[in-house]
Amino acid sequence: MLTVATGNKAVALAVKQAKPVVVAIYPITPQTEIVEQIAQYVSQGDLSARYIDVESEHSAMAACIGASMTGVRTFTATSSQGLLYMHEMTNWAAGARLPIVMANVNRAIGPGWNIWAEHTDAMQERDTGWLQVYVSTVQEAYDTTLMAFRIAEHNDVLLPVMVNLDGFLLSHVMQPLDTVEPADFIPPLHLPHTVDPKNPMGYGTLTGPDEYFKFRWDIERSMRDSLRVIEAAHKEFFQRFGRTYGFTEDYRCEDADVVVVSMGTLGKEVEVAVDNLRNEGIRAGSMRLRWFRPFPKLDLMNRDVVVIDRDYSFGFGGVLAHSIQAKNRTGVFSVIAGLGGQEVTYDDIAGFVKNRHIGREYWFGVSDNV
Amino acid sequence: MSVRRRLAMSRPTEGAAGRTGSWRVFLPVIDRERCNQCGLCQMYCPEGAIDEDLNIDLNFCKGCGICANECPKKAIEMVREDR
Repeated sequence: MLTVATGNKAVALAVKQAKPVVVAIYPITPQTEIVEQIAQYVSQGDLSARYIDVESEHSAMAACIGASMTGVRTFTATSSQGLLYMHEMTNWAAGARLPIVMANVNRAIGPGWNIWAEHTDAMQERDTGWLQVYVSTVQEAYDTTLMAFRIAEHNDVLLPVMVNLDGFLLSHVMQPLDTVEPADFIPPLHLPHTVDPKNPMGYGTLTGPDEYFKFRWDIERSMRDSLRVIEAAHKEFFQRFGRTYGFTEDYRCEDADVVVVSMGTLGKEVEVAVDNLRNEGIRAGSMRLRWFRPFPKLDLMNRDVVVIDRDYSFGFGGVLAHSIQAKNRTGVFSVIAGLGGQEVTYDDIAGFVKNRHIGREYWFGVSDNV
Repeated sequence: MSVRRRLAMSRPTEGAAGRTGSWRVFLPVIDRERCNQCGLCQMYCPEGAIDEDLNIDLNFCKGCGICANECPKKAIEMVREDR
């Protein structure tokens, strides 16, 4: 069905169709619309889920963990400071191998207090064992949320999935949305370590130096296996609903001399910059990274690479730029742009490409630069 | 084929953390004359080391003194143990 929705509403709609049994969410700008929408679905009887009012994000994740341990589908959503407050519990969710799906509306971290788009919030959850996917359109937010449940709950994965969408730039932007009937695209959840009141056990209790590392390895094993599961989900989604997704969205990359790598809504801006650059005779391409964890193999050999990071790791560099350099053994021009919702236009991006200097880092908007 | 272990799971067993009695510095000594067998010491014992007849299993009593502290009759005295 064709409709019009914001990114937040698209996520809520997908959640309604995925039919979680327990939803525990604490509101935070710019994610609040997701909470409101799902609360409305539940109150109107459109979604028969147990909606748990919580007093914090830490509790929201804890409630999802408890619910998920009983083997039911769970969902939560957060943003920025809320995600950071959850941090202890996000680690627990992954370690306890619970396929919780969470929408994170990317927002900068204070101070200075800022409610606009940035990816540093999710980047700080990088090493928790969550799968992370970044979307760029309302349609993609919807489609990816549906896929997230299927991927998280797959027996070879059983890890939580975080669907990231840019604050305001996507969460509050209205675009056309073609909804689907998921039917059995998301099979019923079978959690092998579901709690059984008739057979009480301790879960994730004291685990000594002789055992702990085995469970850590199992997380990594599942991360690696998830590459195949994600690919299969993309394929099945295309076969059923006709829309194509990959680990990256590549735009005019085939013959490109220079490829711009980015995540989220910036990737769509890059596509316009690529068209304009090509009109000027510069063979540019855009590679928008969707899946950040697990980190996919990227085809970036024999061309210049410009990476736009909407995040930063202080004392180190742009997280995406350095991930690409490490995984691909290639030099990049690292651009730090869009922090705290800083406006980055396609003309600005074309400028990054034209003035690229491989091996350097460039902070957009900072005079003279580094 | 063995079951894939994704999460550490355990069942309660006696002495799962070893013989915690070896940690003890103070030994609880019950004055049976004063004791009215209310059972609060058994209820509060964090190690479950006190049975229904209010005998203390010294293999697992850590000597924490919670029983002595909770006893409304002051019938339990913590005595330094020389080992």
